[in-house]
Amino acid sequence: MELYRSHVLVCGGTGCHSSGSADIIGRFNSELKEHGIEKEVKVVQTGCFGLCEVGPVVIVYPEGAFYSRIKVDDVPEIVAEHLVKGRIVKHLLYHDSIDEDEDIKSLDEVPFYQKQKRVALRNCGVINPENIDEYIAFDGYKALAKVLTEMTPEEVIETLKASGLRGRGGAGFPTGLKWEFTYKANGDKKYVACNADEGDPGAFMDRSILEGDPHSVIEAMTIAGYTVGADQGYIYVRAEYPIAVKRLTIAIAQAREYGLLGKNILGTDFSFDLELRLGAGAFVCGEETALMASVEGYRGEPRPRPPFPATKGLFGKPTLLNNVETYANIPQIILNGPEWLQSIGTEKSKGTKVFALGGKINNTGLVEVPMGTTLREIIYDVGGGIPGGKKFKAAQTGGPSGGCIPAEHLDTPIDYDSLTAIGSMMGSGGLVVMDEDNCMVDIARFFLEFTVDESCGKCPPCRIGTKRMLELLNKIAEGKGEEGDIEKLIELGEGIKMASLCGLGQSAPNPVLSTIRYFRDEYEEHIRDKKCRAGVCQALLQYFILEDKCRSCGLCAKACPANAISGQRKQPYVINQETCVKCGACMEKCPFDAIVKR
Amino acid sequence: MKTLKELEEIRQRTLEEVNLRKDRKGTRVVVGMATCGISAGARPVLLAFVEEVKKRNLQHVTVTQTGCIGVCRLEPIVEVYMPGQEKVTYVNMTPEKVQRVVAEHLVNGQIVKEFTIGAVEKKD
Repeated sequence: MELYRSHVLVCGGTGCHSSGSADIIGRFNSELKEHGIEKEVKVVQTGCFGLCEVGPVVIVYPEGAFYSRIKVDDVPEIVAEHLVKGRIVKHLLYHDSIDEDEDIKSLDEVPFYQKQKRVALRNCGVINPENIDEYIAFDGYKALAKVLTEMTPEEVIETLKASGLRGRGGAGFPTGLKWEFTYKANGDKKYVACNADEGDPGAFMDRSILEGDPHSVIEAMTIAGYTVGADQGYIYVRAEYPIAVKRLTIAIAQAREYGLLGKNILGTDFSFDLELRLGAGAFVCGEETALMASVEGYRGEPRPRPPFPATKGLFGKPTLLNNVETYANIPQIILNGPEWLQSIGTEKSKGTKVFALGGKINNTGLVEVPMGTTLREIIYDVGGGIPGGKKFKAAQTGGPSGGCIPAEHLDTPIDYDSLTAIGSMMGSGGLVVMDEDNCMVDIARFFLEFTVDESCGKCPPCRIGTKRMLELLNKIAEGKGEEGDIEKLIELGEGIKMASLCGLGQSAPNPVLSTIRYFRDEYEEHIRDKKCRAGVCQALLQYFILEDKCRSCGLCAKACPANAISGQRKQPYVINQETCVKCGACMEKCPFDAIVKR
Repeated sequence: MKTLKELEEIRQRTLEEVNLRKDRKGTRVVVGMATCGISAGARPVLLAFVEEVKKRNLQHVTVTQTGCIGVCRLEPIVEVYMPGQEKVTYVNMTPEKVQRVVAEHLVNGQIVKEFTIGAVEKKD
């Protein structure tokens, strides 16, 4: 048995990986060898710790020293001082992990982690995802064993229904009910599928689970197969997640090797196997029927429902399709019982939710909080607030399908129904924070550009409607907005929501409708006053030379490609607004900061 | 093809290896590993503690290191922190003495008085 006295955990999620964590691991290995302690200290590559803002992250146990923003050149010091001599390298520690007495806080005392409850992310950052034994050590596959030997499919369904688990992909459909429908459906063959497409821009919850704890999904899908009566499963993962694909491939191979996938699992007569299917860059393939079309080899296009996948899904057979995060919760519910999940969250939304915090926030990264935590707590307590002391303006939840939540609703508890009531939605978990320097018209435009691009084109409301909405928004942002444009947007938006075939079209107008609802005055300013108060919409901005700062050096005039600046010595230069093309070259050139944009 | 029993065995075996990654509040054994400690032979003492704790399968005991505790002439020094009790400082430790400390103090709660700094200092 290996007798390591210390474990060095290095984050190998995509974020830290792209900041060089693989090189950091290599350097640790060589430094440990040099000091002759490679048999005492184990270096482990784990999944995402969550605090992506301060990556690459390295945690050394047993002390629990949380090193942040580590570079390859920091490694020799950590090895020589901490691992050899036991002197923790204070200047490399994450600042919030030290208390007033300069002692190391335990992880759940660090402000970022204090309000979190890691359930779906329980193993991320703790285990090596490429080692099935470590998953097993932390109760991995124990739930599967319990289900196969002690529970009937009906009992599993009752457990899930009693727990109150709702789908984490965005719609929040009761999971137990979905499993029941698929179980009851008639079919000589059934399938289990996992939606790992995660197309929302800025969302990486599922990515981190797949990279950091792939076995939790495999175990849950096997449990699902047993419950609904399927012997084959598919994980549809987007090709833009190469690390997730690699870890899943390794995990599936290891599970097969241990007989946890394949024929006669754990000695019972239940057989189940999994295959990966890669996406190819289409957001619409995150929609369940489009996803299934893609798995079958067709162009990703949704179809009307009913029939729902539970009755008629993949290859025309009953199919259970759940999201990655939903699956990640299943083993814990089986092991701890439904009452455990009932004890977390709000009345109608049980359990926890993983959020990908991004935008104007200090602690960008991945967080998991119990349902019912308020937006204010997530943004200020967990997220560390807005950088630069700027004022909070809005938070977008649910990505391009969601809506903006303004400051007046900051104390809303996060919960499926309360978010829908204020015009947004839970969505898959993306949470983008915006401050006073963001323009809400521009934000709406950004999300709509995305959905217009990703529309599959099958139904006219989405194909044509969203395009017309985008044209209106572009018009407004370029200063050509007219009276009545806002009303047109609302009318179009509501019509598209009602008439679109699938969720993409049904939710594409949401960012526009919610920004109009809460920030109508910004739209009106753009249209009537041709003004963008956040200073974002280029066409509405003008470059001015401040008279009192101008020294008449003439550099700006020389730089101007449109010959729009004129002036002479001892007199302030002036920009001709008609001719100005708003390229900004003059502002860049001015050595006296005399040119401003407003 | 793994049976349920084999799965349990893997679980137990690996848990012992990865257990030190969980933040636990329990007994802490801190070995002084500064230059004074290392040159006095603290490393074998550290490894002896690790091995003995693992051998006896003691739960909630972490063995860690620290820098110079201060009384360099009495190195190797080991401090034992048990929750709710005062810290005990053992001095002039050797790998042979480790066994007694683990058996009597960590397992049975009886401080090995003769190895403590109080007892050693009194001798002079």
